[in-house]
Amino acid sequence: MTVIAVRKDPQRLTLTVEAEFDASVERIWQLWADPRKLERWWGPPTYPATFTKHDLAPGGRIEYYMTGAAGDQPHGYWDVLEVEPPRRILLRGGIANADGTPNTDTPISTIRVGIEEVAQGRTRMSIENVFPSTEAMEQVLAMGTDEGQSQAVSQIDDILAEEAIQS
Amino acid sequence: MQIAPPDFDRVFAAFADHTRRDIVRRAISAEEGVLELASHYPMSFAAVQKHVAVLERAGLITKQRIGRRRVVRTNLEALLVARRLLDQYEELWRARIDRMDELIAETAGAIDTVETKAKKR
Repeated sequence: MTVIAVRKDPQRLTLTVEAEFDASVERIWQLWADPRKLERWWGPPTYPATFTKHDLAPGGRIEYYMTGAAGDQPHGYWDVLEVEPPRRILLRGGIANADGTPNTDTPISTIRVGIEEVAQGRTRMSIENVFPSTEAMEQVLAMGTDEGQSQAVSQIDDILAEEAIQS
Repeated sequence: MQIAPPDFDRVFAAFADHTRRDIVRRAISAEEGVLELASHYPMSFAAVQKHVAVLERAGLITKQRIGRRRVVRTNLEALLVARRLLDQYEELWRARIDRMDELIAETAGAIDTVETKAKKR
């Protein structure tokens, strides 16, 4: 099991995922620091990501787009708020226009990455996502999945159709 | 039960405050009115009333009449929407981590080769 913990807080719209890898801290860091590695895992094979800018330094900018089977190319960006190689990254970003500039009409979310050695050759990575709104989550989910948006909408329909919820 | 689609911007704004998040938690059991809720917080009744109004406009709580009382009840559907979206987002990250794992396994061989070569020099 690579993913060792998942925490979800619907009230704070926060998702935290922790994973462990049999690899050094430096190699896990490179998954984020090397854009050619980053684009190997960011998007699914059906929606590969291409990073056109990757300045992983405080105040730097990361820009990318994804390419769907139909030729659609949603763009995204991250502003690099904090970086402490090879252990910590704080990014804030969202949807971008075709020229890479942030789409200011769309919400902004943050990703906090922590990387630490837990044993010799074993590294834990934690990723915390904070969303400003459920709408922001829907937009992110819609990127890179063919049916993301319609799924989200139909789920809301399902929920609204349900009777009083016991939880 | 009244069910209105949540207004996302309002939901976010409503959740941006600690007292309001606490009211939402307390109102899940739907036992207290605004007056009882107000007793939990070191602020005026009017201030709590304002928080309740913000939550009500966001569709996160409703006021419900039980006998002669009006209790504040959390609209769990609104929370559930967020919950479902978080579930989807979890799947997205799990898939990414699987791909990271594959990448690590794939590059392990390459790094070993480089290191072996370096040692031979």
